[in-house]
Amino acid sequence: MLKHGVNSLCRCCPAVTYCTFEYDPVVWLLSCLEVTASSRHYVDRLFDLDPQKVLQGVMLLYLLQQETSSTELRTECAVVLGSLAMGTENNVKSLLDCHIIPALLQGLLSPDLKFIEACLRCLRTIFISPVTPEDLLYTDATVISHLMALLSRSRYTQEYICQIFSHCCKLQHWHSCGFKSLPQPLLCANGPDHQTILFNHGAVQNIAHLLVSTSYKVRMQALKCFSVLAFENPQVSMTLVNVSVDGELLPQIFVKMLQRDKPIEMQLTSAKCLTSMCRAGAIRTDDSCIVLKTLPCLVRMCSKERLLEERVEGAETLAYLIETDVELQRIASITDHLIVMLADYFKYPSSVSAITDIKRLDHDLKHAHELRQAAFKLYASLGANDEDIRKKIIETENMMDRIVNGLSESSIKVRLAAVRCLHSLSRSVQQLRTSFQDHAVWKPLMKVLQNAPNEMLVVASSTLCNLLLEFSPSKEPILESGAIELLCSLTQSENLALRVNGIWALMNMAFQAEQKIKSDILRGLSTEQLFQLLSDSDVNVLMKTLGLLRNLLSTRPHIDHIMSTHGKQIMQAVTLILEGEHNIEVKEQTLCILANIADGTTAKELIMTNDDILQKIKYYMSHSNAKLQLAAMFCISNLIWNEEEGSQERQDKLRDMGIVDILHKLSQSSDPNLCDKAKTALQQYLA
Amino acid sequence: MREAAARERDGLRFPSGGAAPLWPRSRPIGWRREPGLAPRPVTQSGSKMAEAGAGSLHGGDAAAAPGPAEEQELSRRLRRLYPAVNQDETPLPRSWSPKDKYNYIGLSQGNLRVHYKGHGKNHKDAASVRATHPIPAACGIYYFEVKIVSKGRDGYMGIGLSAQGVNMNRLPGWDKHSYGYHGDDGHSFCSSGTGQPYGPTFTTGDVIGCCVNLINNTCFYTKNGHSLGIAFTDLPSNLYPTVGLQTPGEIVDANFGQQPFVFDIEDYMREWRAKIQSTIKRFPIGDRLGEWQAMLQNMVSSYLVHHGYCSTATAFARVTDTTIQEEQTSIKNRQRIQKLVLAGRVGEAIEATQQLYPGLLEHNPNLLFMLKCRQFVEMVNGTDSEVRCFSARSPRSQDSYPGSPSLSPRHGSNNSHVHSTGADSPTCSNGVMSTKSKQSHSKYPTLSSSSSSSSSSSPSSVNYSESNSTDSTKSQQHSSTSNQETSDSEMEMEAEHYPNGVLENSSTRIMNGTYKHEEILQTDESSMEDSCSQRQLCGGNHAATERMIQFGRELQMLSEQLCREYGKNTVHKKMLQDAFSLLAYSDPWNCPVGQQLDPIQREPVCAALNSAILESQNLPKQPPLMLALGQRAERASCPYLNESYLFLLWGFPSRQVTLLLDSLPMPLREKVQKRNPLENSKFATAFICAGISSQQSNFKATAVSHQTSVFHLFWKIVFILQSVKILLPHLHSEKG
Repeated sequence: MLKHGVNSLCRCCPAVTYCTFEYDPVVWLLSCLEVTASSRHYVDRLFDLDPQKVLQGVMLLYLLQQETSSTELRTECAVVLGSLAMGTENNVKSLLDCHIIPALLQGLLSPDLKFIEACLRCLRTIFISPVTPEDLLYTDATVISHLMALLSRSRYTQEYICQIFSHCCKLQHWHSCGFKSLPQPLLCANGPDHQTILFNHGAVQNIAHLLVSTSYKVRMQALKCFSVLAFENPQVSMTLVNVSVDGELLPQIFVKMLQRDKPIEMQLTSAKCLTSMCRAGAIRTDDSCIVLKTLPCLVRMCSKERLLEERVEGAETLAYLIETDVELQRIASITDHLIVMLADYFKYPSSVSAITDIKRLDHDLKHAHELRQAAFKLYASLGANDEDIRKKIIETENMMDRIVNGLSESSIKVRLAAVRCLHSLSRSVQQLRTSFQDHAVWKPLMKVLQNAPNEMLVVASSTLCNLLLEFSPSKEPILESGAIELLCSLTQSENLALRVNGIWALMNMAFQAEQKIKSDILRGLSTEQLFQLLSDSDVNVLMKTLGLLRNLLSTRPHIDHIMSTHGKQIMQAVTLILEGEHNIEVKEQTLCILANIADGTTAKELIMTNDDILQKIKYYMSHSNAKLQLAAMFCISNLIWNEEEGSQERQDKLRDMGIVDILHKLSQSSDPNLCDKAKTALQQYLA
Repeated sequence: MREAAARERDGLRFPSGGAAPLWPRSRPIGWRREPGLAPRPVTQSGSKMAEAGAGSLHGGDAAAAPGPAEEQELSRRLRRLYPAVNQDETPLPRSWSPKDKYNYIGLSQGNLRVHYKGHGKNHKDAASVRATHPIPAACGIYYFEVKIVSKGRDGYMGIGLSAQGVNMNRLPGWDKHSYGYHGDDGHSFCSSGTGQPYGPTFTTGDVIGCCVNLINNTCFYTKNGHSLGIAFTDLPSNLYPTVGLQTPGEIVDANFGQQPFVFDIEDYMREWRAKIQSTIKRFPIGDRLGEWQAMLQNMVSSYLVHHGYCSTATAFARVTDTTIQEEQTSIKNRQRIQKLVLAGRVGEAIEATQQLYPGLLEHNPNLLFMLKCRQFVEMVNGTDSEVRCFSARSPRSQDSYPGSPSLSPRHGSNNSHVHSTGADSPTCSNGVMSTKSKQSHSKYPTLSSSSSSSSSSSPSSVNYSESNSTDSTKSQQHSSTSNQETSDSEMEMEAEHYPNGVLENSSTRIMNGTYKHEEILQTDESSMEDSCSQRQLCGGNHAATERMIQFGRELQMLSEQLCREYGKNTVHKKMLQDAFSLLAYSDPWNCPVGQQLDPIQREPVCAALNSAILESQNLPKQPPLMLALGQRAERASCPYLNESYLFLLWGFPSRQVTLLLDSLPMPLREKVQKRNPLENSKFATAFICAGISSQQSNFKATAVSHQTSVFHLFWKIVFILQSVKILLPHLHSEKG
């Protein structure tokens, strides 16, 4: 009876009951109860309607916790509770409200194996329910170590404990698909913690040997456990590489599980393990187990023969695997016509299913969003670096239409993935000019940017950066639809990535733009905000802001115009940066701005009258870094250029400062650029 | 020059001409299992050469044919990859054929390295080479790899498959029955001069693999160990590995198993084995015992019905207590039409079809055209009734029929009242028919017994395909027996046509009819023999020739009309061209296009017509049995049988299969063996096994550990074969 109850995972078939303790009426009653509880109908309605039955649950719990009651009775209680937990989510909620978890955990301390197994089974059922908070497992530090110790007891304890672990260290939903490019604040605070707790309790060593267990269920649950533990966790991944079981290293065992005759679930899960290990740097991307095993396996998971769930998971994992490696992207792009295969992901629900089979339609509908977003993600990864692959993707049937449609879908997941895909494809100059323009992708993109959550804004604004490049034909319409305002507001965001993207897009926008746009940008941004950005803690923001300034300050009339209105503040900012502790690139960029200012007609005076700045320029002319020297030289040669009005005075002033001596020195420099520049500058003096 | 010397050495080693001799199968196991490290002394330079790859072609001359160690390794690997292949019967490809290649191809390094030695100006200088043997069907899954040693000037290299006889002055893929993947553009060529975008390009240093899946008749390629996806579907059988080169400097090395493959083909094979096993394991079987039996019976029955073995089908149905879906008359009608086509009397067949299935040919202009073309060919042959009637010596049956209205209406569309009966009052004719069929039923025993006795007296008559072609050139003694057979079935046919309600006292008429027929046929035969000895256009008759010319004009007009209505059709054009070409030769039977006159060419026409009729009756156009045979494998329609078939190919000792095959009913076996003896014989066995083991468990056991249960299964099969034997006389008595 007991054994049957514990092992039976099938809630539909009532346990066969024969009573070993005929004279114990409680056990007998429980047996009856179990029979009824096992029937689904009863289980589902147990807590819903009848308060009396809630009482039964409480009673069971009470009996369970009674040290005095016999082990058999307590085991029966655990079995029945397990059956109850298999009912609706409401059942689980009610049980949680009765504090079932501490009670069951307490039960694990019992010496009786059967009772422990029953408790574990019940715990497992409760923890795999989506309504159970994972943290409940971690409330007591001793629980984990006790579970680890129980792992050696029997194959049932192994199976259940592994299953509990793999469900209790789930990352948040965004991350199950694994895009590291997401900004920091989104990281789930608990995920890594859970992994670390389990890792510190020796999970890797304790579970590794279960991978070669004779029981398929144990092998599978252990594998799942590892796939969760290793996900985005370099510490676990690095450890896994070196663990060996029966003289075989874990990666080898995983590769064996990838064999094509293994169950699909096993292939997919072990591919996920290897993917995590690869992304964590524990396995090289050119290792044959990745290139020749994991990648082809994941491509196979995307094929039409697989279940829809498997195809989603396969595509997402593959997208994660190849995200940053162009060689893997190239291999994936030629494997089994993957790019064409993915086009099929958009064909659900198919027109056939709608007519013929309601059940199938329901199933298709349920997965349609997931399929689409997975395909978009994989396309995004495939096209991240290689222009030829991007071309192939865009040439896939109706690709641009699909992206455009995806951008306006109701599901935020699909929208996000579509934007990602668009972003990846927008790196192609050719596509920006052709298909992007043909399909007016900027329209839905601008729409997506309205009131979108941050993670969407990040990707969408990155895409916008590319669409605003000067050669992109979308630039004009985007400007007209009020992009400046939007981007300026992004620069004020708390989110770093958004600030970078906002200012970056503005920078691109200002490149070789007309006067009006430039003033619009300056007005939209406001000087205060500009200075705010110049003092941003992030180097990227600073760099892009300087880049924006530099782009604003190009062509003489623009320079003079802007400097006449904002000259004072800009000079101040420049001084500040040159004095501050910044890296070479930042200073170079700043000197370039100065050089641009020096190119203006009236703006020149702002420098010439500022001795502090002139001293700084002089200083950088003799700096140890050739780049900075060169940038400073640009300033000087712009200031002393002969043909311009007042050049004589400027030349004189600079000579007095000792610039000419430095120029002479530099003309002897070993750096040809520097040398040339210095010579040309000196010629200005001779003329 | 030096390369030629190397080849000579090959010649010395293998006097048979390039093909490596097979290792004796009875080699002691211990020797084979010795670790591969020890015996390598002779050929170390050879293997190094192959590994060095990009080294110059002539530098590698020191490395000649593979030594015994390599050869041993190759044999070992091939046995592991293709355990079901009996290499004595169907040898596996081991090298390129020095005979089956174009002049511009040079071979070296044990006929594994291919280089181009033409001038490579344009596509007319393309050159290919085939492997020594075709891919045996028993492989299930076959794989070979080619390494590009040098892409030469332009890298116009094609890797693929082709059937025997395909022009070697071309790259693989350009012609019919030829398939290739080309390096310069990455396109795949499926029997066509224009390629389809398929995969990436390939060049020096790449390893391209080609995998043929004989289970679903597809092919995919690999590049450097990565599968590129399906390239071709619906591949024919008996293809040879082929490579083609087109510009100077192109060099490729083949790996037929000499070295480990870059792509993990064994993993792919494992997947398919698992797939098949799980299909077998999960194959749903109802609780009712004997459902398997029913499936087998259904398959056999449908096969017999499809091909019009009417009496056998009836007998089979009686023995097995099953019912036949199609009506008797319908079967017999088809049988009659089929016989007419097979006898070369296409004109009559067309008329009969038009009469019995009005509208059918009108809706199938392509089929009609095909038939008419065939009719023209038969006119040339002198077998079609339209020209035969002119023959002075024997006024052909058709002419005699209108004169005797008491006879079957089948031969004359001019027999108008029959036409109206058939069309206007089907219920009436049905009613008569039911009684009639009873009558013919009762006659069977005598008929069959007589025919079986005749067949036992002359064993050659059992041979199915020969009796098939009564009108063709056959030996005298044979034609007499087959003649007798024909008369039997003719009589049966007569019986069938009474239901039209023309006749009342059938029994005497039957006798009459039979008698008459025999007479007519007898003369036919003799006239045939005459025409055999001195075959002449249209049997040498002038009027017949004129009729033929006139018919040719009509045919031309039909072609033009079709062209106007449906657009150009290259197939039609080719058919017409081929048929008309016959007239260009004084002796059409011995000319380049003379093959058309071969009676065997009637079979595809016959099959097409039969399928069309069945389709028009909403019956399957192919019997499941034939589907399962994998000739046009559509796995979906009968997945289970195909799978089990494959499983048996892989796991069943071929010796036993052959034994079992010998005890199969002859016609079935003949039909089955026609295309590929080994493949189909194995299928036939598989098919019987599948149907026979009525208990799933037994079959499951076979799937899991076939080695142990083969013996058990064997006896089961023998038992069933005995029951099949009951049908043998019936089968022998009928011709198809």
